[in-house]
Amino acid sequence: MPKVTITVTLKPTLLDAQGRTVESALHTLGFDEVSGLRIGKVIEMQLPDGIAAEEIEARAATMCDKLLANPVTESYRIEVH
Amino acid sequence: MSPAGTLAKLSTVSTVSTGEWDGTRRPRVGVIVFPGSNCDRDAGNAWIENEFGTAVYLWHQETDLQGVDAVLVPGGFSYGDALRAGAIARFAPIMNEVARFAADGGLVAGICNGFQILCEAGLLPGALMRNEGLRFICKHVDLRVETTATPFTALYSPGDVISVPVAHGEGCYTCDDETYDRLVAEDRIVFRYCAPDGATTPQSNPNGSRDNIAGIIGGPRRNVLGMMPHPERAAALALGSADGSRLLAGIRAALVAASG
Repeated sequence: MPKVTITVTLKPTLLDAQGRTVESALHTLGFDEVSGLRIGKVIEMQLPDGIAAEEIEARAATMCDKLLANPVTESYRIEVH
Repeated sequence: MSPAGTLAKLSTVSTVSTGEWDGTRRPRVGVIVFPGSNCDRDAGNAWIENEFGTAVYLWHQETDLQGVDAVLVPGGFSYGDALRAGAIARFAPIMNEVARFAADGGLVAGICNGFQILCEAGLLPGALMRNEGLRFICKHVDLRVETTATPFTALYSPGDVISVPVAHGEGCYTCDDETYDRLVAEDRIVFRYCAPDGATTPQSNPNGSRDNIAGIIGGPRRNVLGMMPHPERAAALALGSADGSRLLAGIRAALVAASG
């Protein structure tokens, strides 16, 4: 069964307050090399066999546009395994 | 059994005739109740206790607004804020009716989670993000009334500073530049967070909202309001402020005027 992984993150132009806080915590721990930390969410799902990969991707994109991501604040990345 | 029946029964308790409308026809607001709403009773009670009319509570699974005169989408954590605040509530059956009511020019006010829901539903532009400081904020804030050209704020004066509580973790209003320019050009920013003297300073912005925006107006007839602060929690002096009751009075006045 194909597995779909969708990664939703805040758009790069928006301040990720949570990411900034975690990045600063890593700096406190001595990981000074860390920059550009962004926090998002990962959504995994299974789809039935027999659907073409392009079709799966297209449907997942529609799911993101309609529900899984907020078009105002978030962008998404789809991976089909 | 849907709890709406019970709620509706309770909601009809105190309805005093106020003279302007006769005893048979009083403005009736519909308060939408989602699983996880927690300001629904506050909203209904503020309306009833101020003697503005009657209230009916509408469960999210219902498909009929029961002929209400205005709709309040209350605060809370609908569906446990699953995915994003307001993301799931917009698919509730009752929201189709709310959208239709709004499109027809009916008065709809979304407060806190209600604002988030109206944005997610596309009835208002923009989105509410996590507060910039990441903390849940629960306190009284000062708001400057930016426009009185809405039914909700018609009884205020432009520049009025009112004290109303906020209680949210995701109240950082965000929109793209195009939307922002349109909101400004069309006089659609209704409230801004401000200092007690009315100055909109960064310090008076509790959550990082763009340009201190606390509430906006939309809809075909400037009939859809969304705001993060809770006017229903500032609707009696006993609650520390009655500044919010004038907003509800504005709804009432608009309904009375429309009834001819």
